[in-house]
Amino acid sequence: MKLVTAVIKPFKLDDVREALSEIGVQGITVTEVKGFGRQKGHTELYRGAEYVVDFLPKVKIDIATSDEQLEQVIEAISKAANTGKIGDGKIFVTALEQAIRIRTGESGVDAI
Amino acid sequence: MTVKKLLAALALSSTALLGAAPAYADDAVLNSGDTAWMLTSTLLVIMMSIPGLALFYGGLARAKNALSILMQVFVIFSLITLLWAIYGYSLAFTGDGAVIGGLDKLFLGGITPASLTMTMPEYVFVAFQSAFAAITVALIVGGFAERIKFKAVLIFSVLWFTLSYLPITHMVWGGGLLFKDGALDFAGGTVIHINAGVAALVGAYMLGKRTGYGKTAMPPHNLAFTMIGASLLWVGWFGFNAGSAAAANGIAGLAFVNTIFATGAAVLSWIGVEALIRGKASMLGAASGAVAGLVAVTPAAGFVGPMGSIVLGLLAGVVCFWGVTGLKKLLNVDDSFDVFGVHGLGGILGAILTGVFADASLGGVGLAEGVTMAHQVAVQLKGVAITIVVSAVAAIIAYTVAGLLSGGLRVTAEEEQEGLDLVSHGERAYSD
Repeated sequence: MKLVTAVIKPFKLDDVREALSEIGVQGITVTEVKGFGRQKGHTELYRGAEYVVDFLPKVKIDIATSDEQLEQVIEAISKAANTGKIGDGKIFVTALEQAIRIRTGESGVDAI
Repeated sequence: MTVKKLLAALALSSTALLGAAPAYADDAVLNSGDTAWMLTSTLLVIMMSIPGLALFYGGLARAKNALSILMQVFVIFSLITLLWAIYGYSLAFTGDGAVIGGLDKLFLGGITPASLTMTMPEYVFVAFQSAFAAITVALIVGGFAERIKFKAVLIFSVLWFTLSYLPITHMVWGGGLLFKDGALDFAGGTVIHINAGVAALVGAYMLGKRTGYGKTAMPPHNLAFTMIGASLLWVGWFGFNAGSAAAANGIAGLAFVNTIFATGAAVLSWIGVEALIRGKASMLGAASGAVAGLVAVTPAAGFVGPMGSIVLGLLAGVVCFWGVTGLKKLLNVDDSFDVFGVHGLGGILGAILTGVFADASLGGVGLAEGVTMAHQVAVQLKGVAITIVVSAVAAIIAYTVAGLLSGGLRVTAEEEQEGLDLVSHGERAYSD
């Protein structure tokens, strides 16, 4: 099993969710995060004070997937979250050692 | 009653404007129209403090300090109005002293529901003036916000109210030195705004900058609050200015319209400068412009004509914009909510220009018999200078004593990081 973590632009969340649904992914976890890579922040002005805000709002999606479905998941996210502009985000893949469904106690791929 | 004489002088000088002879007798007679208006005005001025100023400032603070600001304004209002009743009114408005009044009306002694001041019950006048005293002290919290101990705020407030607000009120409105000189301050540009602005600046210097100032982002946590507060201030200010006519008459009408026009002009000129220099007009700019215009028209409201008030407003927006940007950088001080930049500088501008635009040639009600514009401006400057000195000296004493009695004015750096709401009041404004 693998844990796919994707950091994407917030307005792309719906597109990514739909794309994952189409390939049969049943569940995802979404977190609101802040971050930056090469995309610049913005400046805010309050009377005499100027603040450079480096951090941009992003959305992080965590998906547990089987080794077999990994490539499909990566492709679905990549296509749906892409705008072609700087700041589209990144996908990280880590090895998922175990997964358990709390309600039934199922483990492994049956839990995903 | 020396305030009566002030009003008599006002009535005389406005004869040309009103086209009526002043109906003034030495024996005060109750006028229910005047009284009703003054009761209403008092309500409006109280609203300016709670919740007007509280929200205006509260929105500018960071979320973790929001309650501390609301608390300071709310409690200062409660405290200062009380002291006003006990000794403030007496020291401000009785006696013939040049600098301070007498103790004839300590604990409001001798005043009954039948007692009259001008054409209203004296209690109404006491109440009206109590709200002015309270908001003046409350304004100062913007200078030392987000780092001061609550106990120190209270001690400072009592001392500064006694050492600065009372003498200056007496000197300008209570028949003292500046009143006798003929200084024009219709609703308190000097008594309230320059006074508070200077005290806030002194506080900002004595307390030092907030930890992380200049490096950490400290944007206002809720500019919607600030807009609501500014709007309550604007609406309440009609009581502040038009109520200072002490009657429901033409001068009140003049002060009323000036309070609309000057403010709108200042909003536009502030956001105009913003848009030119920075490319965007902001809500904070509009709210700040409004307050700047209101402050500048305060000493002028019943003396200048509507067109004069518009010019005053346009200038206030520009000058006070500089006050919170260029001047603030020059002074190298963390006047957290720009009390000096807006109230101090706006008050100074208004005080000086009152001497100019009160002249009949510029649409004003006209200066006193034989007084030239140049002379009036000189008198205004004298009033400004005396106020700055008294306020600053009183502030230094008040902060020093408050610091000694509180074990230091500031909370620790760790407490400052955590936030005053939790540290000073054991509360959170927002549970998230």
